[in-house]
Amino acid sequence: MSFVEIKNVSKSFGDFKVLEDVSLDVQKGENLVIFGKSGTGKSVLLKCLVGLLVPDTGEIFINDKNVHKMNIKELNELRKNIGFLFQSAALYDSMTVRENLAFPLIRNFNFSSSEVQEKVERALENVSLIDAIDKMPSELSGGMRKRIGLARAIITEPELMLYDEPTTGLDPITTKEISRLIRDLQNKLKMTSIIVTHDILCAKIISDNAIVLKDGIIKYKGSLDNLVNSDDTFLNDFFSFEVLDEKPEQ
Amino acid sequence: MIKQKAKITVTEQRLIEFFGNLGGLTAFAVRFFKTAFFPPYELAEIKKHMDELGVKTLPIVSVTGIIIGLVLTLQSQPVLVRFGAEGFLPFMVSISVVRELGPVITALIFAGRVSSGIGAELGSMRVTEQIDAMEVSAIDPFKYLVVTRVIACSIILPLLTMYVIFLAIVGCYVAIVLVKDMTLQLYIGQIIDAIKFGDFIPGVGKTIFFGFIVGIVGAYKGYTADKGTEGVGKASTTSVVVASLLILIMDMVLVKVSLWLWPV
Repeated sequence: MSFVEIKNVSKSFGDFKVLEDVSLDVQKGENLVIFGKSGTGKSVLLKCLVGLLVPDTGEIFINDKNVHKMNIKELNELRKNIGFLFQSAALYDSMTVRENLAFPLIRNFNFSSSEVQEKVERALENVSLIDAIDKMPSELSGGMRKRIGLARAIITEPELMLYDEPTTGLDPITTKEISRLIRDLQNKLKMTSIIVTHDILCAKIISDNAIVLKDGIIKYKGSLDNLVNSDDTFLNDFFSFEVLDEKPEQ
Repeated sequence: MIKQKAKITVTEQRLIEFFGNLGGLTAFAVRFFKTAFFPPYELAEIKKHMDELGVKTLPIVSVTGIIIGLVLTLQSQPVLVRFGAEGFLPFMVSISVVRELGPVITALIFAGRVSSGIGAELGSMRVTEQIDAMEVSAIDPFKYLVVTRVIACSIILPLLTMYVIFLAIVGCYVAIVLVKDMTLQLYIGQIIDAIKFGDFIPGVGKTIFFGFIVGIVGAYKGYTADKGTEGVGKASTTSVVVASLLILIMDMVLVKVSLWLWPV
């Protein structure tokens, strides 16, 4: 039985069809990367998975539970077992790093304050940012924010991790660092992961399998190497590193 | 054959937006009442917001309070002298301030300061996905961010209004002393004679509703903001306009009700 099952999911915003009859299975422990051009519904699919958006048609099962048939209490129980790293990291501006990390623990679990403190410190050590514990998010760089966002997402040790463009806007060195960090944490915590990204470097480090969304439909599925080396024109264009012979007009 | 969409005029667009906002705000207020009476009550968060909102607004309402009392007295005094009714000055000023000017002006200033702040804060949280992050963490953002702020506004505004009324009465005394002799004891005696319990209850009582309006409008505009920073700016400015307008409309209704319940 798959850990995540997406069955014939479609989603539109007004006349704009974002996802069309998408079906997908993700096995427990698998790290699946979702590629696709901007606006092809990758982030929408992630938001449907956690119940932030409701699909127009189709069903989504996580650990055998139908996400969109649950009441809010059941959905929140499920969400406690899911980590989500947002594209912008989505750190709470009004809280320090310590409070950001402690927030889900204090609200959802019955840990003592010393246990919360210990978990916060351990999560920050995992992302090598223990020194930033009392800083405000506004004092952090983009890469640091992403790492803190990652620490907050994994602090509850979820079974399923969803990453929405974890390395967008970062330089290649920080991209490698964050990607390796994600891979190491996945190995350590044995999580199932779905990663939305445009970044092939990040995907190479993290993923087992990949899919490519095109016009709201899954066009290709397979291992990353097969996709990168495919003869398909679209995939060639998508994964090509070659600089085309196009010079700027004088 | 390609079906062409009917063109919507600007007026029609505005009407659609107006009724859309009205319906959205009503549904948002209903959601508030459905959520607010069930635990967790987030008392620490309410206390924190009361503290922040009170401190934020205190300087501006302090100046306003003193000025209301001073200006109202200085403007009314020559008119009352003309009618030989100068002795009624403390009576007139205190009744005006307690029943109408204090509550409404404090509420309008509070709306300008707080509603826009709530709109901008929640709007920025919405566009930077912080509200989504809260929801995904199994925390109800509506309860944590909206309910706490609206309750804090509804509690803090009556307190600020009482403070403004007190300062306006002090300002009135300062203005009277500037133009004629009057002892403080005599002034206090006249004020106590002038203000009845029935004046105070509707005056301060209606600010609970005004506080609710300020909180719910700011929260609604911010919580439903979109289109990035443009949406945040729009949430901030429109929340002040809508809250101020609703305060004036609500005041008209509540004056009618209070005059029926506590006739002058």
